[in-house]
Amino acid sequence: MQPAAHPSSVLKQKDLELARVFAAYTISATAWLVFATFIGILLAYKFGAPDFGSGAWLTFGRLRPIHTNATFYGWASIALVGLAYYVAVRSCRTQLYSVRLAWVGLWLFNIAAIAGTIALDLGYNDGNLEYREWPWPIRLIFLSALLVTAWNLVGTVARRTTDDIYLSNWYTMGGVLWTCIIAVVAILPWYQYGLGQVAVSGYYMHNAVGMWFTPLALGIFYYALPKLLSRPIYSYALGVFAFWTNLVFYPIIGSHHFLFSPLPWWLQTTAIVFSVAMLVPVLGGSANFLLTMRGRFGQMRESYPLAFIFVGVIGYLVGSSQGTVEAFRSMQAVWHFTNYTVGHSHLTMYGFVNFAVWGCIYALLPAATGKYPGQAGLALHFWMALVGSFIYVLSLSIGGTIQGLNWIQGSPFIQSVVDMGPFHVWRGVGGILMFLSHVVFAWNVWCMTYGPSARAAPLVPALARDDTA
Amino acid sequence: MNKLVAIAGGSTLVYAGLALLMGVLPGITLSQTPAGPGVNPLTLIEAEGRDVYVANGCSYCHTQQVRPLTQDKVFGRPSAPGDFAYQTPELLGSERTGPDLTNIGARQPSAVWQYIHLYNPRAVVPESIMPSFSWMFDVVDKAPAGITPVPLPKAYAPANGVVVPSSEAQALLAYLMSLKQTAWQENKTTAGTPPAPSERPATTSLAATQAPSAGASAPTISGYDAAKGKQLFSANCSVCHQETGEGLAGAFPPLKNNAVVNDANPGAHIHNVLFGLEGVPVDGVKYESAMPPFSTVLNDADIAAIVNYERSSWGNHGKLVTAQDVAAERAKGK
Ligand code: HEC
Ligand code: HEC
Ligand code: HEM
Ligand code: HEM
Repeated sequence: MQPAAHPSSVLKQKDLELARVFAAYTISATAWLVFATFIGILLAYKFGAPDFGSGAWLTFGRLRPIHTNATFYGWASIALVGLAYYVAVRSCRTQLYSVRLAWVGLWLFNIAAIAGTIALDLGYNDGNLEYREWPWPIRLIFLSALLVTAWNLVGTVARRTTDDIYLSNWYTMGGVLWTCIIAVVAILPWYQYGLGQVAVSGYYMHNAVGMWFTPLALGIFYYALPKLLSRPIYSYALGVFAFWTNLVFYPIIGSHHFLFSPLPWWLQTTAIVFSVAMLVPVLGGSANFLLTMRGRFGQMRESYPLAFIFVGVIGYLVGSSQGTVEAFRSMQAVWHFTNYTVGHSHLTMYGFVNFAVWGCIYALLPAATGKYPGQAGLALHFWMALVGSFIYVLSLSIGGTIQGLNWIQGSPFIQSVVDMGPFHVWRGVGGILMFLSHVVFAWNVWCMTYGPSARAAPLVPALARDDTA
Repeated sequence: MNKLVAIAGGSTLVYAGLALLMGVLPGITLSQTPAGPGVNPLTLIEAEGRDVYVANGCSYCHTQQVRPLTQDKVFGRPSAPGDFAYQTPELLGSERTGPDLTNIGARQPSAVWQYIHLYNPRAVVPESIMPSFSWMFDVVDKAPAGITPVPLPKAYAPANGVVVPSSEAQALLAYLMSLKQTAWQENKTTAGTPPAPSERPATTSLAATQAPSAGASAPTISGYDAAKGKQLFSANCSVCHQETGEGLAGAFPPLKNNAVVNDANPGAHIHNVLFGLEGVPVDGVKYESAMPPFSTVLNDADIAAIVNYERSSWGNHGKLVTAQDVAAERAKGK
């Protein structure tokens, strides 16, 4: 990449290496985003044209896990790890523990995701167990990538020149370390027979989203938001409180994925109780971010990165609160098994995680490379993603509710299929906008890395080390 | 350094404890759930079929868990812990884009129907959005001995040759047929079993329950419930005989202008619905597939409603029947 500043000193050289790592993770993640959501469009299209692409390799049941695993482990995971490295180095005012390990990790993540995608398309699916469908040897590769990342991230924080460990790193280090445990629990077979496996699946599904994507996204919020606003986080103590409550409550709520199933009734009830308790860290965290922005919401008009982060915070707040409501038995009786759940998945993974990642990349990557995306590109990306996902989530929420009510009324099953028709079309419309926004994002990433910067590098060297915390 | 140990190490320790408590321990305990009475391991070919099911992601659209809720009664009795003893990988699923398949082997035992449906679901259910699995079938000039070609409707059949199921499709069918619920067991061995449906207040009421219920009020002949009859026909019969009553040429007979349906004596009509029919030519045509029995699925009033719907639709003019007629026919036995 074209260095923005002269690598005239060792320090500059280190900065350049970090910028390269950050850029490479972002580019690689972006490629996965475009690929995975192209598959998403194809899936959405198949709801209206089920005979389209009806060979074995393009069948719905093989493409769907490709979509979910590629968005999870190709796109979101890689992007978040790249951000976590950058945030760790900057907030600890140090250098990467090992640049080489960062590259090794990136390769391992990509090898796992490529092998996983190919395996799924060939029909090697580990039991249709959601989000752990890759054959286990491939998940071992992913685990090794996590271990490398954990080692490198903890090593970097250990080399900090600050006295304190800034809050962001609590979340990111925690997220990576806990996820190593999740991956191990998911792979070992000895306690996964019949109903035992159902319990593990419940545990896994919600820990993958709640102890991996959630803490990493929150962690980078805690760095990027104060940075963009040049003011400290509203309450550091509240952030610490949310960290521990998140840690204790989230792992307990997994069984809410199997309400009304033959899992022990008390296990389901426990999950519901803690799904309500989750309001504590969720409200605490969101309030902290919103209060940090207090009085400065108008700044979003000039700063798209801030706007992305704001949407991400709202996505976290609304999506998680929706989850709490969804977890009640009375609500599950209507929404469970319907498209409403798919709406929730995208409100959280898209409205929260995606917007968080985008906001933080736009906030931090130009600082690393000294190159900027154009305002028009930012605007296009923001509005298409926002409007698209709004249509996506709204149509599935309405349609899913109708689907659930259809079943309750005892209509023949096919009625629910027919009634979903128009909502599936609207989902497709939203999906196309979302996909187009990702293409624009890819262009913006290009501008921020190898391509033509839309703006000259500022006179104050972008690589100047700055503190945020 | 100490701070780092406290934050990274401490939280990881806490998390490891919770992962053991909420993931591994329930896994260990529940893995030992004994099989319910009559629940058997899969045979070799059924297990192969399950692999086909998994490879092609059927469970992203189909659940295999019946909830103790009124709206799930159409899929069978509520699933019990003992049902899953041999279900590894578990295929409970999380979305019902298509119907639950826990009891599909009992609900739709016709191999002919299953094959046509897998080859192209829209051949039997025009509104279906299920993918076509035609690649699991071979097109050959002449079916090998012992294998019956799939009687596809013309619009879906290849121009030349006949369609026969590959070994993949045969295994998948064997697996689908193995999905049959055993009789309800009060499973007292697992402390946490959800209360039986009767013990729990019903959250919702179901307009057209399919569970046999004695003493349902019989509709009078003149005012038979046409809407209910149509709904029950759609739910139980139309996948084969089609909404138009015209059936599928070569696979399922038409009920439109059918002699038995228009016969003034409804005995044979009711009898066939109650007890099924196999190998008997209908209006001179012999059908490879069988008509499944509905005596255990539908109660007398429901069967009367369906029979009356058939007798008064698509230009048919059969004499209408009452639930008592059905009861009488049921009493006669097969
Ligand atoms: C895209 C979602 C989707 C996938 C994938 C899918 N199905 Fe379906 N399936 C449906 C829908 C919708 C219906 C209801 C309409 C119909 O009968 O075709 C259905 C109906 C069925 C039925 C009839 C159920 C009944 O109660 O009448 C069977 C059997 C079935 N599917 C088996 C399978 C098998 C086996 C696979 C995998 C090889 C599969 N399905 C994959 C959507 C799907
Ligand atoms: C799996 C497909 C299938 C389903 C579902 C099905 N049928 Fe049939 N039905 C058949 C076949 C095949 C025959 C012809 C059997 C034979 O000729 O041996 C038949 C025959 C009949 C006949 C006898 C016609 C005659 O002339 O003897 C009647 C009446 C009938 N079906 C009514 C119903 C009703 C009512 C339902 C729903 C409650 C129903 N069927 C559901 C496949 C089906
Ligand atoms: C307090 C927070 C949350 C609660 C209580 C909650 C609750 C739930 C519930 C009850 C379901 C099951 C729905 C069903 O099957 O009917 C569900 C599904 C899901 N949730 Fe959440 N949610 C929360 C936050 C999140 C977050 C932050 C994310 C993403 C980062 C997320 C991602 C998902 C996904 C992907 C599914 C779909 C799982 C599947 O069936 O495949 N949730 N959630
Ligand atoms: C162009 C954008 C996208 C489109 C059109 C799209 C479309 C789809 C479709 C059609 C499904 C299948 C739903 C079903 O089986 O009923 C799906 C599932 C899913 N997608 Fe996406 N998607 C997009 C982006 C994303 C992104 C960016 C993520 C994650 C970061 C994501 C995560 C998921 C998850 C977790 C599921 C499983 C949902 C569940 O089981 O509840 N999607 N998506």
